[in-house]
Amino acid sequence: MSTTHKRVLLLLAHPSQHRSEVNIPLFNAAKAIDGVTAVDLYGEYPTFDIDIECEQQRLIEHDIVIFQFPLYWYSTPAILKEWQDLVLEYGFAYGTDGTVLKGKTFFCAVSAGGKEDAYQAQGYNHFTVRQLLAPLEQTASLTGMHYLAPLVLFGARTAIEDDFMARHIGQWQRLLKALVEDRVNVHLTAKLDCLNHHLDTIIERER
Amino acid sequence: MTGYFLQAFIYLVAAVIAVPLAKRFGLGSVLGYLIAGVVIGPVVGLVGEEASVIQHFAEFGVVMMLFVVGLELEPKMLWAMRHRLMGLGGLQVVLTAAAVMAIALYFEVQWTIALTIGLVFTLSSTAIVLQTFNEKGLGKTDGGRSAFSVLLFQDIAVIPMLAFIPLLALPELVDKAQQLASTAAQQHQEVSLVAGLPGWAYALVITGAIALLVVGGHYLSRPLFRFVASSGLREIFTATALMLVIGIAAMMSLVGLSPALGAFLAGVVLANSEFRHELESSIEPFKGLLLGLFFITVGAGVNFAWLWQELGVIVLMTLGLMLLKVLVLLLLSLLFKIRKSDRWLFALSLAQAGEFGFVLVSYSVQNNVLPTDLAQTLLLVVALSMFLTPGLFIAFEKLILPRYRAAPDAREADIIEEQGPVIIAGVGRFGQVVNRLLTANGVNTVVLDHQISQVDILRSINVKSYFGDATRPDLLHTAGIEEASLLVVSMDNPESATELVKYVKHTYPQVKILARAFDRGHAYMLRRAGADFIQKETLLSALELGADAMKCLGFHPFHVEQQKNTFKRIEKRSSDILYQAWCDDSSGERFDNNYRKLFIELEETIKTAMTRDRSDKHSNSERGWTPPPKGYEEVLEGDEPIDPAAAKADITP
Repeated sequence: MSTTHKRVLLLLAHPSQHRSEVNIPLFNAAKAIDGVTAVDLYGEYPTFDIDIECEQQRLIEHDIVIFQFPLYWYSTPAILKEWQDLVLEYGFAYGTDGTVLKGKTFFCAVSAGGKEDAYQAQGYNHFTVRQLLAPLEQTASLTGMHYLAPLVLFGARTAIEDDFMARHIGQWQRLLKALVEDRVNVHLTAKLDCLNHHLDTIIERER
Repeated sequence: MTGYFLQAFIYLVAAVIAVPLAKRFGLGSVLGYLIAGVVIGPVVGLVGEEASVIQHFAEFGVVMMLFVVGLELEPKMLWAMRHRLMGLGGLQVVLTAAAVMAIALYFEVQWTIALTIGLVFTLSSTAIVLQTFNEKGLGKTDGGRSAFSVLLFQDIAVIPMLAFIPLLALPELVDKAQQLASTAAQQHQEVSLVAGLPGWAYALVITGAIALLVVGGHYLSRPLFRFVASSGLREIFTATALMLVIGIAAMMSLVGLSPALGAFLAGVVLANSEFRHELESSIEPFKGLLLGLFFITVGAGVNFAWLWQELGVIVLMTLGLMLLKVLVLLLLSLLFKIRKSDRWLFALSLAQAGEFGFVLVSYSVQNNVLPTDLAQTLLLVVALSMFLTPGLFIAFEKLILPRYRAAPDAREADIIEEQGPVIIAGVGRFGQVVNRLLTANGVNTVVLDHQISQVDILRSINVKSYFGDATRPDLLHTAGIEEASLLVVSMDNPESATELVKYVKHTYPQVKILARAFDRGHAYMLRRAGADFIQKETLLSALELGADAMKCLGFHPFHVEQQKNTFKRIEKRSSDILYQAWCDDSSGERFDNNYRKLFIELEETIKTAMTRDRSDKHSNSERGWTPPPKGYEEVLEGDEPIDPAAAKADITP
């Protein structure tokens, strides 16, 4: 059993939190876990005036980076794009001396309005969530980070009515704990569309 | 003359020593006054005979108290809490009075006396309970709110009780009193307008008086207060407030009605007025002192010989009474579904008899309803139960609360604690915008301004605002600064704004202060005074106009936005350094003007930061959407995939 604990940086991007039904409960559930630093990007930078220095320092201090967001037009809400454009600078995240992110782990925790079968080649969205998030996957690759398949809450608009929030929060906390305790097999996620049904496989040495 | 001075001095010394001591020991001010009275009366014997004369005078404090109670009762608020008020309060009064009366009848007390005892004992102590709730922060709990409804109902019920008690007068006591009165009346004729009137005319006079009170209070008081307020003389406003209350009391006595009832009605009529807070703070000190005086005279009137003689009976009656009241309250809490620790708080907090009990007892004696001996005993029971109340609160905190804390509720999150109001001091051009933003978002604000014309304008566009000088502690108090979550200081006068911030930060450190600064120097003064958030009144609008200027000159709007943000950021960052320098300079009057030097440095920093982005070279200090250097991609192409597993993954977007 490994004793070195990983530090998780969770960046939440949600522009209308007073209407949030799933992301805020998930965010709060994450806050409760030791080793997770939870940052509300819209809360810290309501005018998009992102403090590059501070955000880079946060990246340096953590081993695992998670973007948490509701899927907006098959991509991240605007502030996460702004965050990438500003924080992942040449010479910091990529380029000759840009090796700060090398060896860290990255993935997305996403909520999506459509059901799981909509995000298939045969479904009306035609692509899987992982395929849609390819730019982020490539960003991870260019910056030298291990990429995990996304954790997706499908059918988020009716998650409460359909009564599966509790289960999803449970999965989310289980995954976060495993990440902090370094019990996730990154390589096993390489071929997955999403992590949802595979926690038993990718999490090791569970008590 | 010397005699009066001496007496006044004795009363004041007793209060000044006993009340702070009582508060320190957690007994509350009412008990402090009572103890002070006991010490200067029966124990030391400094005062004696005149105490009962003073007591008549001090009863005017009760009239003022009801005026203030009325002021705090907006008709709307009264309506919103009608169920708890009538249900809980009404049942508590009726059940307790009936139970006490039944027990008294069992001991073969005459029914009129039994009923009076029931009425006296059904009341609880508003002064002690509300003050303790405030001190311990229990007012917002379910139990606290229910207790408040009951207290409010009792306070209102006192008025019909005062009207009703004279009807219970005992014939033999009346006879005795009339003999005494007829001798006294020769020197001292009581003025009455209604002495010889027939019944129908009397009814007409009473209706007329009440109509005059309501209509006059609503339509005449405003022009009068406005006229007085525009003079800007504070003491004349106080005089007007006193004139109003005393005038109402006089009118009510003239037509043979209770002055307390009149004052209460006038209070309710004025509760919606813009002068409400100013009125309350003008009357408050008089009310407090007179009530204090009243309690002292009650304490001074305690008959110790009687207490020792009847000790067993008095102690038994007190304990029995408190047990009975708790049982009635527990029953009500079952009916009204008040749960867990709230149930115990509700029951224990209201177990005592109250200060209105004193009023009713002495009033009943005056009206020949109670014999003096019994009144002595009743007064002692009321006082003793009040003495025991702090003990009950301590028991609640130490014994009952931990039990409910140990077993946490299965319920998820608690209901969000009701937010205290936001007080906005000064609603000129600046405060108005703050108020509009807050009220549009459903925030409860209390708006104060010392210019009556300003208040008039705001009232005419339906903004709830009050006339008054926010730098006065008593006005802040009546505006609710203790429970306020925020104070916005947006007055015109920089000096009084700083004074206000200093005072509030010192007296109510829990209240967050947001202040409008006139200029940079004022911002530093506010910061030193303890303001939590400061905005310079012109900085942001000037920056906006500057940005417009840049856009007119052909700068790209988005670039202008960035420059503006940079300017703000540097200004904020360096304000700490400048503030330190300002503190050094202004306190020590140092010769080398460090501050000025730093200010020039700041201007340089801003200039460099602004120009930095214009350089074509790539440097580490350059920030924000910086393109990578030319030719960087050749290096990247040479790189191997870092994570072979991920690169081999079968993804075909």
